[in-house]
Amino acid sequence: MEREIVIPGQLLSENKADSGPGTYVKDGKVYSLLYGVKNAKNKITVIPFSGKYIPSPRDYVIGTVIDVTPSNWIFDIGSPYDGLLHVSEYPRRVDSDKMVSTMDFGSSVLLRIKDVNSSMKVELTMRERGLRSLDVGRVIEVTPTKVPRIIGHGGSMVSLLKKETNCEMFVGQNGRIWINGKDSEMDLLTEAIELIMKHSHTSGLTDRISHFLNNEDDVVSEKDDAVLEKDLAEDEEDEGEIREDTYRKVDALLENDD
Amino acid sequence: MSDKPEKFIDENGLRLDGRRIDEIRPMKMEIGVLSRADGSCYLEWGKNKILAAVYGPRELHPRRLQKADSVLIRYRYNMAAFSVEDRIRPGPSRRSTEISKVSREAFEPVVLTHLYPGAVIDVFAEVLQADAGTRTAAINAASMALADAGIPMKGLVSACAVGKVDGQLVLDLNKAEDNFGDADIPMAITSEGEISLIQMDGDVTQEEFKKAIEMCKEGCRQILEIQKETLKNKFTKLDEVEIPEDEEEDVSALVESTLTSADEGEACEDEEVVEEADAEDDSEDVDDVEDVEDDEEAEDEDDVPEEKADEVVEADPSFEDVEEEEDENPEDDEEETV
Repeated sequence: MEREIVIPGQLLSENKADSGPGTYVKDGKVYSLLYGVKNAKNKITVIPFSGKYIPSPRDYVIGTVIDVTPSNWIFDIGSPYDGLLHVSEYPRRVDSDKMVSTMDFGSSVLLRIKDVNSSMKVELTMRERGLRSLDVGRVIEVTPTKVPRIIGHGGSMVSLLKKETNCEMFVGQNGRIWINGKDSEMDLLTEAIELIMKHSHTSGLTDRISHFLNNEDDVVSEKDDAVLEKDLAEDEEDEGEIREDTYRKVDALLENDD
Repeated sequence: MSDKPEKFIDENGLRLDGRRIDEIRPMKMEIGVLSRADGSCYLEWGKNKILAAVYGPRELHPRRLQKADSVLIRYRYNMAAFSVEDRIRPGPSRRSTEISKVSREAFEPVVLTHLYPGAVIDVFAEVLQADAGTRTAAINAASMALADAGIPMKGLVSACAVGKVDGQLVLDLNKAEDNFGDADIPMAITSEGEISLIQMDGDVTQEEFKKAIEMCKEGCRQILEIQKETLKNKFTKLDEVEIPEDEEEDVSALVESTLTSADEGEACEDEEVVEEADAEDDSEDVDDVEDVEDDEEAEDEDDVPEEKADEVVEADPSFEDVEEEEDENPEDDEEETV
């Protein structure tokens, strides 16, 4: 399988039938629209290194309540467009005076996108299995274009992460990840996710993450620890110097005053 | 400020800074320099130093500026007060407003604006140190920052200037040539070769103008190469194979599978006792259609009861979720095999 880093305007193919997402056709030739990685399976697609989440119907997302109107909750879904959740899309019947007590400002909620119209009005729903308000755990944000890396081939990465850290985990397509477990396990999972983000363009990622999670102590941190210790030592030194200096200056000042 | 030099080009055909007449100043750039911006680029071109940042697409306020069918591009060219020898008054001026407008228009043919209706892409180009040709330098930096932000574009934009000194056309003017030369023609070109910005200060003949455009295109082509190089080296620099695995899967289905398993997790909290699940299992046996799946699952469970004993969390929900889609069966299997 042919893969390479491509830049906007780069010629990808002479055959316009190869054009997939992230490409455009001009004069019967296919060019890249994005700065990212070319992927030539059936059609040529370009997966960008970065970019905002653009909502599309049936996506699962994690949103945060930013406003409550008499009949709608308005959600920030990490995209240029806000999402609307109508009361009728909440699993239970909610009176309009109970809306804030049901989901208050700042609540994180697992949602699904019901519809997006041409002017990018985003309608959300919670009337589906598994959709709920997230009251425990943490929400981490990653680049939405890298969500497939977190999930891995056929969900392998998610399974691995869940199994190794004993955390519950849900990955929203808008790049928000909800995790829940013991604090130390969540810390480890967060670190693993950061590692995935950093190395998202490399191959054999699942293996390496597995290695990371299993040998956390000896792989990562031997070096880090050394650096840390050095830092600490330096810090101490610095502090000592400053103190001495300052004392001397203070002494001098006091003498002058006298 | 130095006085006008006697000669701009010496007997060897070299310019004041030792360049040939068709040579651009050394340029280097780096992308992703600002952590809070969606895309950014720091560029040094001769003595010019430019920092460009791109934010967006993001929500546009005030709403009256929103365009119903396309994204709005806002471009702000600004010279820092300390960027030139005599401090300039900070804030927008007649000159910077004009440059912002023409630079914005230089990007309009390449950015796919119809993908983000009602949103805005903000581009900020900050001149930290100026030495002639800052608008073209800013465009080069902004073009890189846009690519870094993952904005869909038909191609990069490169910009360069041609001027006339001592009656001769020269590429990429430096400060002395700009201040005391006879003409200055900045140009921006898309990677398709389309001219998206051209301005002229001073005067040239028709012949010279045609030649100037050719020289400029050559200069822009060189700059485009530097831009390409920078983008491609960003990730090879990490000295690793820059190749990901399959990403083309149906993300939606995958995310769904994580959802159902997240759900399982919750279900487990509710019913940790296996017996309860069993009870439910029995009750569902009434349903003919699901019977088959049910049995299969039950068998699976029977096959590996010991192994699974400490994995109640994984195994348990499969009883509970029998009536759900088959999605989670592969999920379960996978978790066992990993």
